[in-house]
Amino acid sequence: MILFAAILALTFISGFFLPWWLAALIGLVLAFLIRTNGSAFWSGGVAVALAWLALALLKSFPNQHILANRVAKLFHLPNWVFILGVTVVIGGLVGGFSALSGSLLRAVVGPGNQPKPATAK
Amino acid sequence: MKLLKASLSLAITVALLWALQTKFGDIPVLGNLLNPVSGFWQNAESKNAKINDELSLPGLQGAVTIQFDERRIPHIFAGNDHDLYYAQGYITARDRLWQMDIQTRSASGRLAEVIGDKALETDRYNRRMGMVYGAENTLRGIMKDPVMKQVIEAYTDGVNVYIKSLAPKDYPIEYKLLDYKPELWKPINCAFLLKLMSQTLAGGSDQFAMTNTLNKFGASIVKDLFPDYPMFESPIIPAGTKWNFKPVAIPQPSKSFLAQTSDVNTRQKVEGIGSNNWAISGSKSASGYPILANDPHLNLSYPSIWYQAQLSAPGVNVYGVSLPGAPGIVIGYNQKISWGVTNVDASVLDWYQIKFKDAAKTEYWYNNRWNKVTRRIEVIGIRGKKPLYDTVLYTHHGPVVYESADKKTEDAPDNIPVGNALRWVAHDESDEFKTFYLLNRGSNYNDYREALKYYTAPAQNFIFADADKDIAITPNGKFPLKYKEQGKFIMDGSDPGNDWHGFIPYEQNPTVKNPAQGYLSSANQSSTDPTYPYYINWHFGGYERGKRINDRLAAMQNATVDSLRILQTDDYSIGAQDVLPTLLRYVDATKLDAPQTDALKTVSVWNKHFAANAIGATIFDLWWRKFYELTWDKAFSDKKEPLAAPSRDRTEKLLLKEPASKWFDDKQTPAIETAGDIVNKAFIAAIDQLIREHGDQGQDWEWGRIKRMSVTHLTRQAAFSSGNFISGGTGSTVNALIGGHGPSWRMVVQLGPQVKGYGILPGGESGNPGSFYYDDMLPTWKDGKLDELLYLQSADEKSSRIKSTLKLKGK
Repeated sequence: MILFAAILALTFISGFFLPWWLAALIGLVLAFLIRTNGSAFWSGGVAVALAWLALALLKSFPNQHILANRVAKLFHLPNWVFILGVTVVIGGLVGGFSALSGSLLRAVVGPGNQPKPATAK
Repeated sequence: MKLLKASLSLAITVALLWALQTKFGDIPVLGNLLNPVSGFWQNAESKNAKINDELSLPGLQGAVTIQFDERRIPHIFAGNDHDLYYAQGYITARDRLWQMDIQTRSASGRLAEVIGDKALETDRYNRRMGMVYGAENTLRGIMKDPVMKQVIEAYTDGVNVYIKSLAPKDYPIEYKLLDYKPELWKPINCAFLLKLMSQTLAGGSDQFAMTNTLNKFGASIVKDLFPDYPMFESPIIPAGTKWNFKPVAIPQPSKSFLAQTSDVNTRQKVEGIGSNNWAISGSKSASGYPILANDPHLNLSYPSIWYQAQLSAPGVNVYGVSLPGAPGIVIGYNQKISWGVTNVDASVLDWYQIKFKDAAKTEYWYNNRWNKVTRRIEVIGIRGKKPLYDTVLYTHHGPVVYESADKKTEDAPDNIPVGNALRWVAHDESDEFKTFYLLNRGSNYNDYREALKYYTAPAQNFIFADADKDIAITPNGKFPLKYKEQGKFIMDGSDPGNDWHGFIPYEQNPTVKNPAQGYLSSANQSSTDPTYPYYINWHFGGYERGKRINDRLAAMQNATVDSLRILQTDDYSIGAQDVLPTLLRYVDATKLDAPQTDALKTVSVWNKHFAANAIGATIFDLWWRKFYELTWDKAFSDKKEPLAAPSRDRTEKLLLKEPASKWFDDKQTPAIETAGDIVNKAFIAAIDQLIREHGDQGQDWEWGRIKRMSVTHLTRQAAFSSGNFISGGTGSTVNALIGGHGPSWRMVVQLGPQVKGYGILPGGESGNPGSFYYDDMLPTWKDGKLDELLYLQSADEKSSRIKSTLKLKGK
């Protein structure tokens, strides 16, 4: 849950001033540093997807989706919801695979590699 | 095992990121386009723009105030000329940056740099036509003029300050779609826009086709079928106007021309491309002051071709439309004067057959000796590939566009003759922006005449009206001084008698002021009646729109802005008026089946208006086209080389006055056909086709449903275009909407103590498909209505129509 929240927050905030592909680095690094009991893939995926959803809607609502509707048509999709879906899925895949990679790397070399006492939880 | 899993996952992540940022063929780069951080979502403009904004920009000398009205048209108030054009450049770039970029890329043969191989042939063609050579010459002309140099440089600085302020997320969406970056603006780009206009309006030629026709049919047939003056005409300078100047010596036809015509396209010109303008004097208007109207027709596109603006600084306060990428107002008005333009179909582009000494092509024969060929290397960048080095040969005439057949690839335009040099007025040094600079500041007829002196190309009919109650019109530009029919055919490039013999003196360009009839107009038809001493061209646009405008203006009394607005959307067909009664008389109704009889009834009672719901218009249009094809196609189509076909006017003459002409006879039948036979055959063919394609006569036959009309984005993407819409009018009616072509700006200006302007664009001010101002004017334009234009007297004049304010100051 911490991992999810951290990726969500950092991806969202960095979205205002850093390149989009940093979402991958964020997922990777955070999943490497933060241990999670759940699935790193889903934590990272849903977090980036949600961050992207929020960033897209922040722009698209005041625009009444006129541009998203046009771009949807460009991709032969029925309306803006579908192009938003594609955007969110792309974000999800990037977030998911990067977080998964981070956690798997952690398993190989990272701080979580040594088994921790149960009390550490 | 853990290591393998981690490596695999990492590899997938890297591959995903790579794929999302890599261009595959024509597909946009998905990650870059769709991500919400810097992709297209960032181009979604908010409905709630900032009401008051302030920016500090480097290079501004003083403060500039820009008021935006409800269409987001900028009203720019600056303290001096420098800041005015700087701000115009800045604001235009903010709304139209990609359009400016792609149009100058197109003109300068640099499309392949960003879209790759598929634009290579277009680039090669533009380079070989000398577009860059011409722009360099024009830029030299501009830079020699200290005033215009400052204007161009200030405009350029304004554009560049805007470009430098952009982060990748701010780039117009088209950059994201095509995956490239804006580059800094250069003064020569302004010149490229002029070249693009020249190419569109004065870059076509039919000499190759005419020469083939001459060779196939001989001089007497060509003389008969391609006359130098039409049967029907309503010239721009009213017939009978006296020429109050002493003409300079008219050149003699060259020996080689006489030999060629004693019986021995670039793009093809398309019928119906043109524009309208007119002015009525106070004697015809309700207010007692002149009213002026203009609607320039072009291929309608998004972003809109024109950008509306008000430009105000000490000494100037002008409103109108500008070309995105060029300083000043091209069509508009100020407190005292108003002006507009339509194209003059002047003969300003000629082909010269070149004889090279040998295969090396280093020398060519001219004036009885060998002359040096110069070489210009065009470097054409191609996305993802090595640049192409293309060498173009130049003679004193100009570039040899395709010196040999192997240089002319399959995609090259048909109407460019191989082995010919091009002489084109758009290659000459010029300073056209000066004309607009002066008109923007003009206050009377003399200022108008002075401004026109600086204009070279593309030649335009400059209509004029002012608050002193003067009206005037001048077909204006640099017109080569020619012998009659010089350049009607390809010329012998070795004969100095075929060179242009200088130019018609500016003050002797046809012009008329305050004619007794109380109105003036132009619609691309013949500039003058045949008494004008100089040769401008042997053919012009059809007379139909001009005739209709003149008929209506002649009948008008107490006219208002609305009278002229209604005339702009008039769809009455002079073509139908001229030939339909004769066509109908020839029809043998006894030979028609039931659907054909119904169609005949419909077209007989049709009121000759190309209204959107008129079925008669559809029938007449196709009937005439079939008649034309049946008359000429057999003789004038040739698979091997382009031939010119006779004009609509000549065909009408054949129908009306020469019904027994040999051209009506089908040589494959024993009988001798005459006009009547062809009329009947054409009618039946037309109706059969309509039934085949659209079923029985009904709603699907309505003109507005048959005709295609849309406003298309420059990328041709349907998603950014208007889509097909129903509309009235056709190429030969005043409301000339056909095939995506039509009025790119409609304007009506009431002169008087307080000038009042009205206008509308088929689109909007913004070039951003994600803006509310991208196409907000289209519905009004489609309805044939105009907006009342907001013409502010000062930066702080109050108006409820001002929706936001931007203040600029120096840094």
